[in-house]
Amino acid sequence: MARVLIIAQHEDGALNPATAKTLAGAKGLGIADIDIAVFAESGAGVAQQASRLDGVTRVLMIEHADFAHPTAARIAPEIKALADDYSHILGPSTTFGRDLMPRAAALIGVGQVSDVQEVLDSHTFKRPIYAGNAIVTVKAPADQTVVATIRSASYSAAAEGDSACEVETREAAASDPGHTRFVNLETGGGDGPDLQTADRVVSGGRAMGSSEGFDVIYSFAKKLGAAVGASRAAVDAGYVPNELQVGQTGKIIAPELYFAIGISGAIQHLTGIKDAGTIVAINKDAEAPIFEVADYGLVGDLFEIVPELEKLI
Amino acid sequence: MKILVPIKRVVDYNVRVRVKSDGSGVETEGVKMSINPFDEIALEEALRIKEAGNAEEVVVCSIGSKDCQQQLRTGLAMGADRAIHVVTDTAVQPLAAARIFLKLIEKESPGIVFLGKQAIDDDNSQTGQMLAALWDRPQATFASKVELSDGTAKVTREVDAGLETLEVDLPAVLTSDLRLNEPRFVKLPDIMKAKRKPLDEIALDDLGVEAAAQLEVTAHEPPPTRSGGRILESAQELVDELKNKGLL
Repeated sequence: MARVLIIAQHEDGALNPATAKTLAGAKGLGIADIDIAVFAESGAGVAQQASRLDGVTRVLMIEHADFAHPTAARIAPEIKALADDYSHILGPSTTFGRDLMPRAAALIGVGQVSDVQEVLDSHTFKRPIYAGNAIVTVKAPADQTVVATIRSASYSAAAEGDSACEVETREAAASDPGHTRFVNLETGGGDGPDLQTADRVVSGGRAMGSSEGFDVIYSFAKKLGAAVGASRAAVDAGYVPNELQVGQTGKIIAPELYFAIGISGAIQHLTGIKDAGTIVAINKDAEAPIFEVADYGLVGDLFEIVPELEKLI
Repeated sequence: MKILVPIKRVVDYNVRVRVKSDGSGVETEGVKMSINPFDEIALEEALRIKEAGNAEEVVVCSIGSKDCQQQLRTGLAMGADRAIHVVTDTAVQPLAAARIFLKLIEKESPGIVFLGKQAIDDDNSQTGQMLAALWDRPQATFASKVELSDGTAKVTREVDAGLETLEVDLPAVLTSDLRLNEPRFVKLPDIMKAKRKPLDEIALDDLGVEAAAQLEVTAHEPPPTRSGGRILESAQELVDELKNKGLL
């Protein structure tokens, strides 16, 4: 039976926007029945939010104390237990989905299609390889469950509809294997918009020179209402925490407006921003590769240009 | 304790990969090949664990044609004690790779299997997680810090929200992120020494693993290119342009 299951990602009692983007990708399958599974310690709020998303048939709410900090080892067997009722099981291509979904796929005994950027039909997908330097078309076998992650940057979040679908409560099917324990989560904090979903992002690179140098970026981003990002070089140098990294091995983002400041534009960084609407580059080196992809460029000293921009907007 | 480190031969990180004009694949003819960078980081961490006295042996393994013995020799030159080459000329997808590594685990009984978090060719990021599932053991993916004590590993993971720490019982599967360490450079005497280290070959067929590809890749195409825009003269001009486009 053709039926889709989406594994919800949520934090602090709210659905992560990547879930609604996964739903947007699922709609391309041409399958009417789309369920969302919410695994949570206390999931009513998240389940209600999911039930209002346009195009969802049913929300499955599975509550258990173990799901307060869900690990792949704990959740994957739960997905396996639901799998018989579904032709497709999808998750977001966030670190949550990347950690969890392959474990579930292996338990089900099927390969996984990672980072789907386009759905051609129910079993044919496009996805990037080689840091986005090539796009492949992949066909999954018709007689097996399709497990896939949806590349968040390729889709706009499915909207909330006028009505809510049914929320069905299910019991957890598996038990804690006991071998994997959550210790803690350190977040860099920050009071700005979320990097993954922001409409505007200002990123700084190695040329910021220090953590203090990055204050120019934070200040400009605040004025713009933008999220702050960074190149790998800036993270490696310790100017900013790792969760700000944009690129092949960091976050893949698609803001309407992206500022690359003091970033030369290594291919691995460009991979993370190629779906951005408009790219502005500011760099003192006129030959920097970032200018090959930027819509607008300014060549000069970023420590003069950025504060000037901040005054002008 | 023994640490098993699967490594993959991939097109070097610095090569700008191009799609073949007939769409049948990417150009790999005459292109520099290397150990997948994340696997090299995994190997470096395994070697540091051994050097700290927390492991007795580091074994590298790889699946592929004869050519991948170059990368296994590099792994031996970095300091691995021995190598296992699972020989096949057919490309192996992540689930099949996980099934193959599980066979090696049954032979070797490692305390840690340390992989890279993804291969930079197909960017799947699946094999470690799949192996942990089939082995029914813990996984700690995207590791940026690993501390071992008394049969457990405390692993700091790079996740979207920041840094998550998990404690896992060994044996376990770990996968490395970029900032776990900086791999050592290989010195010439080590390359000479590596030639004498054991490298066992096992034919894939002898492992009795279902390794056929499940997913069929039907086409390759180059990505849509973004064309470069304009260099502007002043901050004021930029603000005007962005306002005209309704972006400010």
